[in-house]
Amino acid sequence: MSDAVERRHGEVDGYNYAFLDECTKREIRRKILKAVAIPGYQVPFGSREMPIARGWGTGGLQVTLSLLGPEDVLKVIDQGCDHSVNAANIRRLAVKMSGIRTTEDTALATIVQTRHRVPEEPLHAGQILVLQVPLPEPLRMLEASEAETRRMHAQGDYTPMWLFLYESIVRFHEIMLGAGYPVRVSGHYIMSPSPIPRWDVPRLHMADNLFLFGAGREKRIYAVPPHTAVEPLEFEDYPFRVESFSGRACEICGSTSSYLDEILDDISGKRSYRCSDTAYCAKRTGA
Amino acid sequence: MGYVSVKGGEEAIREAERLAAKNRLRGGSPLLEVKQVEEQLRAAVDQVMGEGGLYAPELAALAVKQSEGDLMEAAFLLRAYRTTLPRLGYSLPCAPGDLQPMRRISSAFKNIPGGQILGASRDYALHLLDFALMRETNDEEMGEEEAEEADPAALPAVLDLMDAEGIAHTARERAEGQEPHDVTTHGLSFPAHRSARLQALARGETGAMTALAYASLRGYGAVHPTIAELRVGRMPLRVKHPYSGDAVTVGEVEVTECHAICGGIGFVGTFTGEEGEGARFPLGYGLVFGRNERKAIAMSVLDRCVSLENPQAPTEDQEFVLYHIDGVDSMGFVEHLKLPHYVTFQSALDRLRSVHKEEEVMSRDV
Repeated sequence: MSDAVERRHGEVDGYNYAFLDECTKREIRRKILKAVAIPGYQVPFGSREMPIARGWGTGGLQVTLSLLGPEDVLKVIDQGCDHSVNAANIRRLAVKMSGIRTTEDTALATIVQTRHRVPEEPLHAGQILVLQVPLPEPLRMLEASEAETRRMHAQGDYTPMWLFLYESIVRFHEIMLGAGYPVRVSGHYIMSPSPIPRWDVPRLHMADNLFLFGAGREKRIYAVPPHTAVEPLEFEDYPFRVESFSGRACEICGSTSSYLDEILDDISGKRSYRCSDTAYCAKRTGA
Repeated sequence: MGYVSVKGGEEAIREAERLAAKNRLRGGSPLLEVKQVEEQLRAAVDQVMGEGGLYAPELAALAVKQSEGDLMEAAFLLRAYRTTLPRLGYSLPCAPGDLQPMRRISSAFKNIPGGQILGASRDYALHLLDFALMRETNDEEMGEEEAEEADPAALPAVLDLMDAEGIAHTARERAEGQEPHDVTTHGLSFPAHRSARLQALARGETGAMTALAYASLRGYGAVHPTIAELRVGRMPLRVKHPYSGDAVTVGEVEVTECHAICGGIGFVGTFTGEEGEGARFPLGYGLVFGRNERKAIAMSVLDRCVSLENPQAPTEDQEFVLYHIDGVDSMGFVEHLKLPHYVTFQSALDRLRSVHKEEEVMSRDV
């Protein structure tokens, strides 16, 4: 991995800078401003069809492309990894359409687009983390109707959610929610943090950077501005807990304080662990 | 190791693409020309234009060729291209009689002024594989026989006749000076405006809409219409002149239109009608690009389904129908399951193991 920022060119003839036309970009930026003004509120927007499939990061991509300017440096990760095929594909599109500079180093990026992870390295003020969101509605598992969930948010009618958590404890002695653990933003809206592991949830709380969430297929944008309280739903006697790796360490960099991928060797059947954030891992080993 | 193969990055993507492109030509048969697709696979081209929401026969044919006949993918290609085009404005509404028909039938009335015009149709052809097509040569009768152009004035819309007779509820929503709710620039919100419902249906995936309309006919819903009129023909595209403000015809599009009288078979359903107007049949409306009668009829059924005041069945639930008929949305999300989910699955595994541990402790205590 190179820690330097790669310079690339490649705007495509016949397409506007960063693919979207300027009217669309302006509309998306207006919706982003609204989202920032009402933390955790899902703002509907006229999601466009993109040259990658719905459900593959089109919401995040539209947010990213509407924000990109020539001075920006972009990092794209999927499951923590810069080289995962979907991350590579999104980066390829952004570069092709804007000639944007890219990096794998979290600290050097101005915009980081991600699916399912928050980078291990804390982001600083001025950086933007764009999260791809498949299902923006945290109440959807309890209520199928969008009109009804919007009413529930508007009235703060979150009883069914608390009941759901309580019933989970009664049945399993655990809150059986894996990734995408629901959070309360600024003491008001319940929000899906996107399917990041619970491990990443505390890093949304009072962060220095802006978080933007884009759901392309569901046509929603929402945000967590810097220095905003983000609290996972929990009970006094059943506190929120992140994933446990029982003291295991990354076999490459030795980290015991990062989220680990569990790897089964299909020949030996041996189980080993590696950092899910590959750029973080590489930085630690000086690679 | 299985793990590494999914982290191939850009090079792997490029190679996979190259291989797929190569496979298209592997057989060595003469290359398919876009013009051939446009002229000889017309049903595919029309379906793709409708679902793609863009009337562009040549580009739709290119999309069919590029996707090797995967019509959902072809419609997606067209939609993604449409994203990059500026929206210049909205066309002016047309009256039902403006549609110059090449085909028009009514299953509600035997005798309609101007008569029924079967036009080019395979409705009554026997569905037998025609082996002669395997040896087809170019010297057979070529060229399309143009259907005789009828005088539109002699073919009044059945809808207008029903309106005059007070049979059907045709009070059209007056939309003059009011722009439609455009679902491509503003997401759907519920309850959805009629213009938004019709637009979402017009862009819907043919198979999904046929399935849902069928479900309503069969019992998961109560809409079972009689077709007042099904027209295939050319519709003028009129816009307001930016300077003079006059209506100007700038082109024409081929469309299929269906007016369905809802409440004709079995349970007659509820009549609608404004006060003092008397009981009338409610109507369902379908309009799709090109020739796609199946979708136009399905659309007219679903239009009525999602307009009911007291929805009972899933097919009458606006959210259920309008969210799930979009082919680009549904194919994308179903296929996204192919993407890696290591992180989320690891998180779920952690919960399961934690329960296992608890169970172990409890069984030891016993």
